[in-house]
Amino acid sequence: MLRSSQPLTGPNRKRCREDEALLGTILDEGERGFIIDTRSAQAAKQARMTGGGTEPKSSYSQWRRLHRPMERGRPLQESFIKLVEACNDPSLSMDRWLGRLESSRWLSHVKAALSTACLAAQCVDREESNVLVHGAEGTDTTLLVTALAQVILDPSCRTLAGFQGLLEREWIEAGHPFHLRCARSASSHARLKQEAPLFLLFLDCVWQLSRQFPFSLEFGEHLLLTLFDNAYASAYGTFLCNSEKERSLCKVKESTHSLWAWLNQPEEKHKFLNPLYSHNALVIWPSVEPQSIQLWQGLFLRWIRPSQHLDEAWEEIQRLVKEN
Amino acid sequence: FPPLAVFQVENVKLLDRYANRKAANGTLYLTATHLIYVDASAEVRKETWILHHHICSVEKLPLSTAGYPLLIHCKNFHVAHFVLGQERECHDVFTSLLKLSQPVKPEDLYAFSYNPKMSKENREIGWKIIDLKLDYQRMGIPNDYWEITDLNKDYEVCSTYPPEIVVPRAATKAVVMGSSKFRSRGRIPVLSYFSKENNAALCRCSQPLAGFSARCPEDERMLQAIREANPGSPFMYVVDTRPKLNAMANRAAGKGYENEDNYENIRFKFIGIENIHVMRNSLQKLLEVCEMKSPSMSDFLTGLENSGWLRHIKAVMDAGLFLAKAVREEKASVLVHCSDGWDRTAQVCSLAGLLLDPFYRTFKGFMVLIEKEWIAMGHKFSHRCGHLDGDPKEVSPVFTQFVECVWQLMQQFPCSFEFNERFLLEIHDHVYSCQFGNFLGTCHKEREDLKIFEKTHSLWPFLLERKQELRNPLYKGFTAYKELQPNTLPFSFQFWCGMYNRFDKGMHPKQCVLDHLLSCRSQRVKLEEDASELENKLPFLDGPLPSELPSFPKAGHAASKALDTPEDYGGGAPPVLSNGTPLGAGGAAVDQEHQENLCPHSQDLGDSMELLECAGKDGNAQHQ
Repeated sequence: MLRSSQPLTGPNRKRCREDEALLGTILDEGERGFIIDTRSAQAAKQARMTGGGTEPKSSYSQWRRLHRPMERGRPLQESFIKLVEACNDPSLSMDRWLGRLESSRWLSHVKAALSTACLAAQCVDREESNVLVHGAEGTDTTLLVTALAQVILDPSCRTLAGFQGLLEREWIEAGHPFHLRCARSASSHARLKQEAPLFLLFLDCVWQLSRQFPFSLEFGEHLLLTLFDNAYASAYGTFLCNSEKERSLCKVKESTHSLWAWLNQPEEKHKFLNPLYSHNALVIWPSVEPQSIQLWQGLFLRWIRPSQHLDEAWEEIQRLVKEN
Repeated sequence: FPPLAVFQVENVKLLDRYANRKAANGTLYLTATHLIYVDASAEVRKETWILHHHICSVEKLPLSTAGYPLLIHCKNFHVAHFVLGQERECHDVFTSLLKLSQPVKPEDLYAFSYNPKMSKENREIGWKIIDLKLDYQRMGIPNDYWEITDLNKDYEVCSTYPPEIVVPRAATKAVVMGSSKFRSRGRIPVLSYFSKENNAALCRCSQPLAGFSARCPEDERMLQAIREANPGSPFMYVVDTRPKLNAMANRAAGKGYENEDNYENIRFKFIGIENIHVMRNSLQKLLEVCEMKSPSMSDFLTGLENSGWLRHIKAVMDAGLFLAKAVREEKASVLVHCSDGWDRTAQVCSLAGLLLDPFYRTFKGFMVLIEKEWIAMGHKFSHRCGHLDGDPKEVSPVFTQFVECVWQLMQQFPCSFEFNERFLLEIHDHVYSCQFGNFLGTCHKEREDLKIFEKTHSLWPFLLERKQELRNPLYKGFTAYKELQPNTLPFSFQFWCGMYNRFDKGMHPKQCVLDHLLSCRSQRVKLEEDASELENKLPFLDGPLPSELPSFPKAGHAASKALDTPEDYGGGAPPVLSNGTPLGAGGAAVDQEHQENLCPHSQDLGDSMELLECAGKDGNAQHQ
């Protein structure tokens, strides 16, 4: 599985021999590969007007391009805000609630993300083909797809240590601009242009996987909530800045503590583990039917409804599993 | 199989909702009680059982390339799509199923022929397990203010009430008889639940025949007696669970609701739950949503909203919560009614009981609750569930809604119920299966006339015997929680996939936490200790005890190959590989390697259907 940003084809359909050669080295003679473009065909085409574009069939003949449009940027932030506002409105009737849940489209984005990640995973696991994933910048939906696909495919990414490694690799080092994307969250009046909850969408998708495969992730919801919190505001330097370059310039590694170091201490670590975990060597293929995708209550209703009974249930599960 | 197979048809396909998946190919059998499909094409033999009584509709679909399709909808929301090879066969199966699924006389119902291996004594004991008198005793009745009267022993007061009802001591025979003439179908105010701590009573009845101005001194004295039986409270609530408009419309027909001016110290309130026709249509729309093939998230949520189903569930829950609050917090007595006092009234009274009293959250307690508020108090199961070929306008998912409310509570309070979701689904299945006598007919008198107690079996001992798999492993015991105070904001209600898409196995979590927890040894031991402690506390006649603990299959959650099969993730036409096969779950190359084999994944939610159907046979459980 590969990722990149969009090719700078531009309106004049520029070619780049080096890029073609690079992709050419990946495939064997006669072998086919897939490109998953996270923009719609139309959006990808329009990108040419501003210097971007797609890989033309003629120059990349061994690659089959699939478009799976995924929401990003401003519209995704609006989706997030709408959902949070709906959750926080106690005056809603059932019909209004369902209407606003639907019109926020958040769950549609979850479904699209899971579907696309599964498609990428299928390319690798079922078709045993190479797949290249990119959107426009290669820093948002691209990372969402590749990271999620790895959770689906690779049991080692589902361990606590492996998941941390995945985050480091596919989100932090890969250059997701956390500082810009996770600035104010949903309640701020400031509508920042660069803000978008891709990372939250990723965590939501991982939560959906944990619900469908309760034994297959070594960590639980508590980890996901902690990551969400720390992406927006943290005592640790792990999610600071927008890229490795910026982190280096700001001397993040020298001047701050790592979230992972704290998480992995024995006294903390156990709180993040899933008591039901049992190593599953297989690929975990989720159902993306609407009935299988649920609102992540633990996040969206976290401060709205008391969790006492649910917490007690989790304690009970832990106790049962431990005593067994 | 039972020897009386009516006939069998070979080369029948069973399609599932994913058009790409290879359809199972096998043999269809019709017996006197069931339709059985045996899938010969899978590595492991798989049986699908459908009880004829569960069949709601059979349709012949237009001829397709695969053959002659037959679509069967069941009352437990199972949808089976068969394709037969020949038109003649299809037609024969169609007409047979129509006849088998629509019994005409009560004697045709399964309960009268169901004959498990059980002694006569045990069958009789089975009917005695649940004794409502003992529940009243538990509440402290008879006491200074309330008594169990036998005024209705010959149904002189009300033909749809049980022979023994609880009324205020202060209500004389004249008051009772007078009130019965002023209440629709004679359904006078009687006690449903009594709170010992605060003397508040939850009572139920039907609408008064008040019209625009009629009065009845006996009925007024009846309500006064109820109010005065709770001397600590200056007033009493009278709750009409209908929308105000409907109640007002009833006045034109000589019925209606209580006028606050005529009844001293009552506070009247409408709660606004819709009627049986609205609910029937709502469920219909919900099921259409559930059957949509690969809907978008928008389609699903919009469909769910348009069905109104969760809106109605919330309305019932809000009503139950109001009653419970009145009794518990305001310490006020409440009298509830709808039109006839056997639908919405049954829902809200039983729900209030669950919220107020942890006893009803135990196995025995829940059975008592159903026997009391639904069976004894004359909910017309036969009509509402379409047991016999009758008026389709009488059919309505009233009991289904109640069961769902219980499930919603279980989601909010995972440690508060002794039983699990499967217990609810089993009861729901059997309300429609007519395999047991409890839910036959419309009221106690009719059950006596049909000789249910002599000729059929009670459901309860059969469920009690299966406590180990029907229990809630997270149950923290009888005393852990007293009353429940659910959140009824819209987001608190979830779509119950396990009920309405129960047989769509792909939609459910692929790994079953419940089974894993049930197999945890330590919990089992603790439960046995709790159970014997409870048995000693409660003066109940217990049914047959399980003679030994069943052995559990290993929680094979991690290793099952059945997990390792992708769904259809395509957002459009699947792309095609160089070798011509489509990319995606439907590709032939994919299927050959990993047969979608749903069965070996033991104890999956979907298998409960087979367990149910197998349990219906004469004693032998046959699994694949």
